[in-house]
Amino acid sequence: MQEKNQPPAPIKLTTPLTDRIIRSLKAGDMVSLSGIVYTARDAAHGRLVEMANRGEAMPFAFPGQAVFYAGPAPAKPGRPIGSVGPTTGSRMDAYSPRLMEMGLKIMIGKGSRSEEVIEAIKKHGGVYFAAIGGIAALMARSVESAKVIAFEELGTEAIRALRVTSLPLIVAIDHQGNNIYETGPQQYHC
Amino acid sequence: MRQIEAHRVTELVEQLCIEACCVIARDIEDSFINYRETERSPLGQQVLGTLIENASIAREGRDPLCQDTGMTVVFVTMGQEVHVTGGFIEEAINKGVRQGYVKGFLRKSVVEDPFNRVNTGDNTPAVIHYEMVPGDTFRVTVAPKGFGSENKSALRMLTPSEGVEGVKRFVIDTVATAGASACPPVIVGVGIGGTMERAAYLAKKALLRPVGTKNEDEELVSLEAELLEKINRLGIGPAGLGGSTTALAVHVITQATHIAGLPVAVNIGCHATRHASGAL
Repeated sequence: MQEKNQPPAPIKLTTPLTDRIIRSLKAGDMVSLSGIVYTARDAAHGRLVEMANRGEAMPFAFPGQAVFYAGPAPAKPGRPIGSVGPTTGSRMDAYSPRLMEMGLKIMIGKGSRSEEVIEAIKKHGGVYFAAIGGIAALMARSVESAKVIAFEELGTEAIRALRVTSLPLIVAIDHQGNNIYETGPQQYHC
Repeated sequence: MRQIEAHRVTELVEQLCIEACCVIARDIEDSFINYRETERSPLGQQVLGTLIENASIAREGRDPLCQDTGMTVVFVTMGQEVHVTGGFIEEAINKGVRQGYVKGFLRKSVVEDPFNRVNTGDNTPAVIHYEMVPGDTFRVTVAPKGFGSENKSALRMLTPSEGVEGVKRFVIDTVATAGASACPPVIVGVGIGGTMERAAYLAKKALLRPVGTKNEDEELVSLEAELLEKINRLGIGPAGLGGSTTALAVHVITQATHIAGLPVAVNIGCHATRHASGAL
C-alpha cells in the first residue's frame, strides 16, 4: 500500500547551530542546511584525536559547527568543488566520542552509528544528520566555495571549509538518541 | 592473428573510466523510475527521485555520480587470436586508468599498501580480470567499485548439507547487515560454487548483468525472485531510511564445485553499480 502523503517541507537551518536549535530537531526531520560545514574523514579524524590527546587546539572552533564525513572529487576548472557526498559514519565511531568531549556536536554522514556514539550524542546534546549516499553530482551544486583549512597533504581527506546553500539532510539521530536508521526500517519490515 | 596496438587499449580504458563514473546504466535508471511507483515510504520515494535527478545532472555535466569513483575493476574478454602489440597489456590498461582519472576529474582513492596507506595519486593499479575466449574479439568492461558497498560484501564456505536454504540465509543476512552504508537500493551479486576466489569473482561479475534481464539458467530465476522479495521485506529502503526498495535486483551465477564444499560470495553493488563497456 503506497502512502500518498508527501513529507513536510524541510527545516531551513544555518550554521553555527545553537543548542536550542539542535534540541528542537527530531529523528526523521528533513533539513536544508546552509552556512559552513567542515569535511573530515578517516585520516583527518585520526589526526584530530591525536592533536586533542596532545592538548593542541583544533583547526576550527567546534561549538555550533558541523563535521561532514566527505572526501570530494577534484574540482573542474572554474568550479568550487567536484562531486561530493557522505561516506560511512561508523568508520568515525572510534573517534567521535573524543571529539564530542572537545565540544563537537554536529556530524553529517551515511549509515547508523555505534551505541557509544549514540550515548555521546545524548550526553552532549548533539545531532547526527544523514546525507543520502551517491548523489554527489547533485550535492556539489549546494557548495558555493571550498577552502582547505588543515592537513592539505591528505588530498581528498584534508579538512575543507565548505560554504553550502540548502544542503539536503535528514535528522538521523537526535539529541534523545532516537535513530531513523533503526525506526525507519522497522516501520517497513514485513 | 589480429593485432591491436596497446595505445588503443589505453584510449578505450580512459574513455570507459569517465563514462562509467558519470553516466549511469539505462537499465538501472529505469529501475529507479519503476521502483519509485511501488515504494511504500514517502521519504523513500523522495530518495529515489533524488537518485534520478543526480543521474541526470551527472550525465549532462559529465560529473561523477558519486565522489567515491572507486577502485577500478577491469574485465577483459580476449580472443586467443588477438595479439596486443607495442606494449604490455597490463601497463596499457593502467595507463588508461591514470589518464581517465586525471582527465575526468575523478577521485583518486587507491593506496599503495594496505598498511602504510599512501595514496598512489592516480587510482592505479586497477584490479584486472582476464577471460580468454575463442576467436578474435577484444572487449573491455570498466566497473569502478566504491567501498561503501564493497566493505559490506562477504564470502562464506558453507557445507553441502546447508544447501540452498543456507545460501538464502547468508545472502539475506549479508544485505541486512549492510544497511545504509552500502547505498541502497543495492544490486546483489551472488557467486556460488568453484573455489573461494572463484565464487568472489562470479559475485562481482554477476553485478554486470543488466537489471531487468532474466537469468539464462531457468533454475536460478525463481531463486533470484525469492531472494529479491525477501530482501525487499527487510525494510531498509532507499538510503537505509526505511522503505520497500532495498534491492533493485539479485543476480546469481553458479558453477561446478568440490564434493566437500559450497562456497558462496555476496558482492553488494550500490545504487549506481557503475560499469561501461567497449570493444576494439
